[in-house]
Amino acid sequence: MTSQTSSMLDQAGEILLAPGGLDLDALEVGLGHALGPGIDYADLYFQRSWHEGWSLEDGEVKDASYSIDGGVGVRAMAGEKTGFAYSNQITADALAETGRTASGIVRSGKRLTAATCIQVGAEARYAGIDPLTGLSAEDKVAMLKLADRVARAADPAVEQVSASLTGVHEVVLVRASDGTQAVDIRPLVRFNVSVIVVRNGRRERGSAGGGGRYPMSRLRDDNVAERFAKEAVRQALVNLEAVDAPAGQMPVVLGAGWPGILLHEAVGHGLEGDFNRKGSSAFAGRMGERVASPGVTVVDDATLADRRGSMSVDDEGTPGQCTTLIEDGILTGYMQDKLNARLMGMAPTGNARRESFAHLPMPRMTNTYMQAGQDDPADIIGSVDRGIYAVSFGGGQVDITSGKFVFSASEAYLIEGGRITAPVKGATLIGNGPEAMGRVSMIGHDLELDTGIGVCGKEGQGVPVGVGQPTLKLDELTVGGTQS
Amino acid sequence: MTQAFDAADQQALLETRAEAALALARRLGADACEVGASVDQGIGVSVREGDVETVELSRDQGIAVTVYVGQRKGSASSSDASEASVRDVVEKALAIARYTGEDPAAGLADAELMATRFPDLDVHHPWPLSTEEAIELALTCESAGRGVEGIRSSEGASLSSGEGVHVYANSHGFLGGQRGSRHSLSCLLIAEDASGMQRDYDYTTSRDPRALRDPAAVGESAARRTLQRLGAVRPATGRMPVLFDPSLASGLVGHLMGAIAGGALYRQSSFLCERLNTMLFPDWFSLGERPMEVGAMASSPFDADGVQTRDNVFIDQGRLASYLLSAYSARRLGMSTTGNAGGARNLRITAPLESQESLLARMDRGVLVTELMGQGVNGVTGDYSRGAAGFWVENGRIQHPVEEFTIAGNLETMFQGLVGIGDDIDTRGSIHTGSWLIDEMTVAGA
Repeated sequence: MTSQTSSMLDQAGEILLAPGGLDLDALEVGLGHALGPGIDYADLYFQRSWHEGWSLEDGEVKDASYSIDGGVGVRAMAGEKTGFAYSNQITADALAETGRTASGIVRSGKRLTAATCIQVGAEARYAGIDPLTGLSAEDKVAMLKLADRVARAADPAVEQVSASLTGVHEVVLVRASDGTQAVDIRPLVRFNVSVIVVRNGRRERGSAGGGGRYPMSRLRDDNVAERFAKEAVRQALVNLEAVDAPAGQMPVVLGAGWPGILLHEAVGHGLEGDFNRKGSSAFAGRMGERVASPGVTVVDDATLADRRGSMSVDDEGTPGQCTTLIEDGILTGYMQDKLNARLMGMAPTGNARRESFAHLPMPRMTNTYMQAGQDDPADIIGSVDRGIYAVSFGGGQVDITSGKFVFSASEAYLIEGGRITAPVKGATLIGNGPEAMGRVSMIGHDLELDTGIGVCGKEGQGVPVGVGQPTLKLDELTVGGTQS
Repeated sequence: MTQAFDAADQQALLETRAEAALALARRLGADACEVGASVDQGIGVSVREGDVETVELSRDQGIAVTVYVGQRKGSASSSDASEASVRDVVEKALAIARYTGEDPAAGLADAELMATRFPDLDVHHPWPLSTEEAIELALTCESAGRGVEGIRSSEGASLSSGEGVHVYANSHGFLGGQRGSRHSLSCLLIAEDASGMQRDYDYTTSRDPRALRDPAAVGESAARRTLQRLGAVRPATGRMPVLFDPSLASGLVGHLMGAIAGGALYRQSSFLCERLNTMLFPDWFSLGERPMEVGAMASSPFDADGVQTRDNVFIDQGRLASYLLSAYSARRLGMSTTGNAGGARNLRITAPLESQESLLARMDRGVLVTELMGQGVNGVTGDYSRGAAGFWVENGRIQHPVEEFTIAGNLETMFQGLVGIGDDIDTRGSIHTGSWLIDEMTVAGA
């Protein structure tokens, strides 16, 4: 046990267990309740989180909110069956009741005892700190007001500015019957600016934001208020000039960074262990096969320092890792939690995540990105006679069974004769995951990660994620504009 | 494995907590205060391939406090509604109000608007369901679906049943409580042929378990919907009419409500800014809400400000007759609240209705859309571009399934181009509507 884990364990015990009169030994007893007859695995997940949000409108910080959440989730598994119960009280009674409830999923069989507890030693991917305390309330208000001033000064067309600053301090402790005991303290902060511009009766929005797993003070030191305000105005002004987007199949060039949402939707979800165990993914049974063009290497990497999607340990206590999903176009890995890994005879990959103690963990992405290639971004644009260059997106979705995915551009341009010309209105792009990845024909040398804004939703649970990619060319994708 | 839950006891407890929070806030210096508190509990089971997969018992509670000190505001909440937690929450809200700026529009809704009539809206029907019974219903549903020839496998059937209590109180002396229940059963199936795998689902949901559809019928219709999608191809690119099925047409109503919501209007973030009293739809179309409808999904006698809800008409014979306003957004716009803090409740359409066959015949050639993907709706400009799947229609009849295409247009022109509404009304959600036929959109496919 390193000294950091030891001190984090003390902190977690103090925050999570002590108020309800519990200590680490009480976890053995709690696990005992969940390990009913026939249960082959059980875990306890303790969590407490503090969320703070400040928002500015009309040049004033008119509202701010603070919330405290927490409790314990108890899971008991038998084969493919899972029993789950939770309580927002962390007490011996609550552990007994939730444990008995969860283990009721099966009623007969051998009663196991928990393996000897071993503290998971994982490398810290971010500092285990409370990110909310590093900046005074006055400083938080000042940052938001700065964003307002910068945005309004940037252009007379700016009519409305909203800005927000949010932060979460989260403490988790996992204790599982396989001996796992892990603790994590996860900071997460974000700053966002959104503007409305109006010119000649036309109205458009622009927005920018970002953050990561670090103290709020770093947002100030990185001068994000000014940077995101300018970026939001720039994007809104571009959209004021936008013409109708074309409709139909054409080459699409995606910019570096946030457009990596393509990978999240087109391949990421389809490579989550649960869908592949159940055979419901368009990628099921294709391990070792070619699923993308040569040169395409995609990884899911929880180990990046301070990134929004990073995790020192996942929500089952498995250390975060970097998993290669596609290597040079060949499918090489799935993202796994313990349940799906066990049922597929594979190893967990540190991808078990849950929205909170009140939700069941599932295999989820962390930071998903494509490695850089050799091409010069200018050459990529230059290779397209008529197509679309999309640099920012609003969001996406995938049907993992049919493989169809969409993502919606919020800043895009026409490419005509190898040159970027007019901006076009936002349009949804649609394709088929495995097919689209086979149409990647050029990969830039300019890998970028997004600024730290992603939220991924699956079965109603939202978790923070990251994406990234270099500039990419897909030879053909359907562009959902209005000009046919 | 059911948990004891006495809604009356829970309501009394929440009311005590809310009143304690109000009293404490006043004592600690708040000029006005409002409190929302809730507790919900439920069971969820899922089965897959004939066996139980998960059993989840949930119990959630929360308390949220907003205080006003002069015209400054602070909010705090907690998932723990215990006495100690209430004190923390009130103190934190007051601490925040020291740093927020003056907002002339801040404050409670006017005292004389507080709800005084609380009729029983018949929305609380707890289901004393054992885990075994819940599993059995889900298994019946799934097995009926799996039994249909051509279904390859199942992603599972799920049954969830829950009830809850919500209390809202403010320093005008208003105290309102609402109990409610919701039960749902759904089934998601997979079929496969040479062209690949397809999945689709069906569900039933209701406040009263007796109003749920037969579990086997839900499984069978999920199977039918899934099988219909096999062999889907991409439609041709072009401009053509689009028929939205009822579950998607209610989404179009949702976009309309988003655009006439006070928050979007005062932020100038709506394509319908300054359009009050102008024609948005054909003159045969009206849309209103019935917040006091007995037994309906979103019924409530008071809104999130404590204001008495009322039957609003938003679209009157095609004309935008009212915005959707809370006390705060109304003040921002120099108007009066419409009792819509928290949204619209039980939206109902008044229009001549026709059969789907008739709508298809009028469409002649185009696409019937049964699924939409992605978020490509821009509320600021009304620009609309979304991924879709559905059926190709030619000579007024469904020909074959289509997928991997987009439909694009602008909500304002789509609303003006509404040419017919189906009698196939989907009553599962808070918005009740049949199919919508839009005269022309751009389809991008092959």
